[in-house]
Amino acid sequence: MSEFEPTIVAFFCNWCTFTAADLAGTSRLSYPHNIRIIRVMCTGMVDPQYVIKAFLEGADGVLVSGCNPGDCHYINGNYKARRRIKLLKEILPQFGFENERLRLTWIGASDGVRLAEILRTFVTQIKALGPSQTKLKMAI
Amino acid sequence: MTTMAKIDLKEQNPLEALKQFFAGILKLKDVTSILVPQRLSTLNTIMPTLVTDAALLEGVDPLAPAFPMNAARIASRLTRKPMGGKVAAVLRPCEIRAFIELVKLNQAHREEILLISTDCLGAFPNKEYFKFAAQDGGEETLRFYKTMLGGNTHEMEGYPLAPACKACEHPVSENADIQIGLYGIKPGESILIKAQSEAGDEMLKQMNLPETTEPTGRQAAIDTLISQRIRFRDDMFAKTQEAVNSLDKMGAYFSNCVNCYNCRVACPVCYCKECVFVTDVFDHEPSQYLQWAARKGMIKMPTDTLFYHLTRLAHMSTACVGCGQCSNACPNDIPIMEVFRTVAQHTQQAFGYEAGKNLEEKPPLSVFFKDEFQEVVGIS
Repeated sequence: MSEFEPTIVAFFCNWCTFTAADLAGTSRLSYPHNIRIIRVMCTGMVDPQYVIKAFLEGADGVLVSGCNPGDCHYINGNYKARRRIKLLKEILPQFGFENERLRLTWIGASDGVRLAEILRTFVTQIKALGPSQTKLKMAI
Repeated sequence: MTTMAKIDLKEQNPLEALKQFFAGILKLKDVTSILVPQRLSTLNTIMPTLVTDAALLEGVDPLAPAFPMNAARIASRLTRKPMGGKVAAVLRPCEIRAFIELVKLNQAHREEILLISTDCLGAFPNKEYFKFAAQDGGEETLRFYKTMLGGNTHEMEGYPLAPACKACEHPVSENADIQIGLYGIKPGESILIKAQSEAGDEMLKQMNLPETTEPTGRQAAIDTLISQRIRFRDDMFAKTQEAVNSLDKMGAYFSNCVNCYNCRVACPVCYCKECVFVTDVFDHEPSQYLQWAARKGMIKMPTDTLFYHLTRLAHMSTACVGCGQCSNACPNDIPIMEVFRTVAQHTQQAFGYEAGKNLEEKPPLSVFFKDEFQEVVGIS
């Protein structure tokens, strides 16, 4: 049987984490192909709806990543994102979505190496966790 | 802030006393109108009415086991802009808590409204109330009042209280300007009128009612009731958690949902003028449905049912007051309140917040701080 390859949806902010992903690319660092990056202007614009939709459509993991505290291009978008992730982490586990499937990180623009490491770790963890319930079954 | 008065009942009828009391409020200077539930003669239903003429309070009935809508929405309509005078609003405690949430969300204003609340005896689910009221014209409220105060706080004549009421730990409002007390007093004897704010104090002083002190046993009666309710509530939380803790179970729970969105319409704190679920975002292309169906071989129609409920939880669970109108509004009798309260308990606790408790506490998603919730950040 072939190894389980998770689908991970990643919301990266334009100014920090996406730039770090760019840097990882230009530095020829590799990271797992399981990550589907969606570039957003700020983690503060990641509506909880986006995360819910990703999970219901069968994502095995969702990563939201933005600027380090104090570095937000829009001053405080990442603090707002943190409250929303906190909220989702209270709601989703009630319905059987493991808390480990949803992650928030801060990765600065110059942290290409760290980005690659974090993505590797996340993919390993999701592989260990197995497929999400929505991957196997239809969500009504 | 401690003025307390009592009104002795004639012929053991609290409705008559309330009618007189509300008429007295309407006569106060500054008070232009009163929003109060009345029995409408036409269909024997109870609905909120806005009254300016004290002679038109014949059908006043805030004690009936009828809860057709959460009137916080009405109070919000009346106060979203200056009205041109004060309105006194007779609301249930959960309606007051929803109103407080709406004030915090800038959907209502507190300045021109006097909040009056009676100790809440609870209500039947809408459909049950219609059956109950169909049997009997006007006396049923008095029977209900005596049964509930007589210690039976779960059902009457085979009609159970709505689950939301059975699980309600706020039968007495903390935020009303004037609280009308029933618990801890022998039914049919008197009612307590208690000022709980400066505005309420001011009103009571003008009305010259005989002063009294808190009846002994009132607090104990309320505490006993609340502890019963909390037992029921915690049991409900445990059962509901068990009933929805996987995609399969959640799907089964909501399998009768037809995406009518009545629960959102009935929800007092779901205040968006246009809900995202009725916008073009969800007006999918026909080819999109085919694409979705092709991916798994089958999709359930209408789509986005769980998406809708989960999104609504993200939007309003921190403001949920547990009034149960969502369950009342469901055409297919899905016990929605149970899920929303169960999740709301978690989300509100996570932010150290209690919906409707305090006007000064900011809604959790309207504020943020630099060094908080570090535990949700990072992958180790």
